[in-house]
Amino acid sequence: MSKFSLSARRAGLALAIAGALGAGAGLSLRLLEPARSAPAATDHAAMGPGGGPSAARPAAAASDQVVIRDFDFGPKALTVAVGTKVIWTNRDDDPHTVTSEADPKLFSSPPLDTGDAFAFTFDKPGTYRYFCSIHPHMQGTIVVK
Amino acid sequence: MPKKIEAPDKSRRALLKCMVLGSAGGMLWTVSGGVPRAIGLGGEALAATSGDFAFVQISDTHIGFHGEANPDPNGTLQQALARIAEAPIRPAMMVHTGDVSHLSKPAEFDTAQQMLKTAGLETHFIPGEHDTLVDQGKPFFERFGKESTQGGWYSFDQGGVHFVALVNVLNLRPGGLGYLGPEQLEWLEDDLKGRSASTPIVVLAHMPLWSVAPEWGWGTDDAAQALLYLKRFGSVTVLNGHIHQVIQKVEGRITLRTALSTAFPQAAPGTPGASPGPLKVPADRLRSLLGVRQVDIVKDKASPAISDTRLGA
Repeated sequence: MSKFSLSARRAGLALAIAGALGAGAGLSLRLLEPARSAPAATDHAAMGPGGGPSAARPAAAASDQVVIRDFDFGPKALTVAVGTKVIWTNRDDDPHTVTSEADPKLFSSPPLDTGDAFAFTFDKPGTYRYFCSIHPHMQGTIVVK
Repeated sequence: MPKKIEAPDKSRRALLKCMVLGSAGGMLWTVSGGVPRAIGLGGEALAATSGDFAFVQISDTHIGFHGEANPDPNGTLQQALARIAEAPIRPAMMVHTGDVSHLSKPAEFDTAQQMLKTAGLETHFIPGEHDTLVDQGKPFFERFGKESTQGGWYSFDQGGVHFVALVNVLNLRPGGLGYLGPEQLEWLEDDLKGRSASTPIVVLAHMPLWSVAPEWGWGTDDAAQALLYLKRFGSVTVLNGHIHQVIQKVEGRITLRTALSTAFPQAAPGTPGASPGPLKVPADRLRSLLGVRQVDIVKDKASPAISDTRLGA
């Protein structure tokens, strides 16, 4: 079974290293850009100056990022290895959700306010489509290999 | 982009009144002889005192919004309510076309309810998608849906007008737009059945009932079916919110109009590089991006008389 972990503003802050350290939002936005080239567990702490809460996270915990900005998921399609935790962070002024299109829903975030994050770990290979249940024209895909 | 002022017949003073009104949103509607007429809440309302029945539309108050586009949505709502109170014609009631709150939080609903109450007007609500973020909108309907059916939609009669309040922000489907659903459409058909075609109809729905900008989600998937049931009526006015700007479409005898927000502006559809979120502008430009539209929907006329006033340079 996939491991479900609920979003929280805390999580968003922990991830937005620079933000947590009081740097400008612009900087934290850049830091949250997903490291697409890296297979799985690129150490996100390495991307931020001086580390931060996430620097302590074990490198073994494979994770990747999707940023929600301008009413779009970026990247729209993300390919990850089995076991990867995908973290979505809302960088819009409008709330969004990350909602599985499967029936029954495999994952469904609560409404994410600005800066909130939601994480889901994909434990099985497959193609997982999702959308924002508030703005349903926003759609994205996670491909797990 | 703001257009140049196009109101050569209006005095400078009237324009200033419009500017104040425009910053706060709100639209006063009068019904005279069963025909709804939209008028601003400023000085021009004096010219329309012959109305038998007036009501106010307020929309997208977004109480709880905390973005840069408006650091004080409570303040701008207060300003809108003050304009309503000052209107030369005392409205009989108010309709709120959704997004009362920003995040469906009880505290936001509380604040909105307390503030709106100060208008002293009976108020009919429909939810926006911001009001139904949790539990299928249960917290919203418990508070604001006293008159609604199980699904949230309802109708009522006032001032010779049949009002239909629809919900198109629930059960949204992946890749889709706003959604009414077969159950609500069936109810609508039944609700309208047997009514005289001469009954003026006013429809309330949060998301536009036509495709304003599908790429931004500004439309309703199954609106065509609803409009089909409405088209036999002589006068149909559809009042929407959601897009924080006034856009109108006329389809036969059906006029569809979106409303201003009291909280923040949004970009015009098709604006390069824009998204459908809150539009951040310098504080001193906020008002210049808002404005009012005056429309007279005259019985037996093919098209309504429209006058737009977009303020600021």
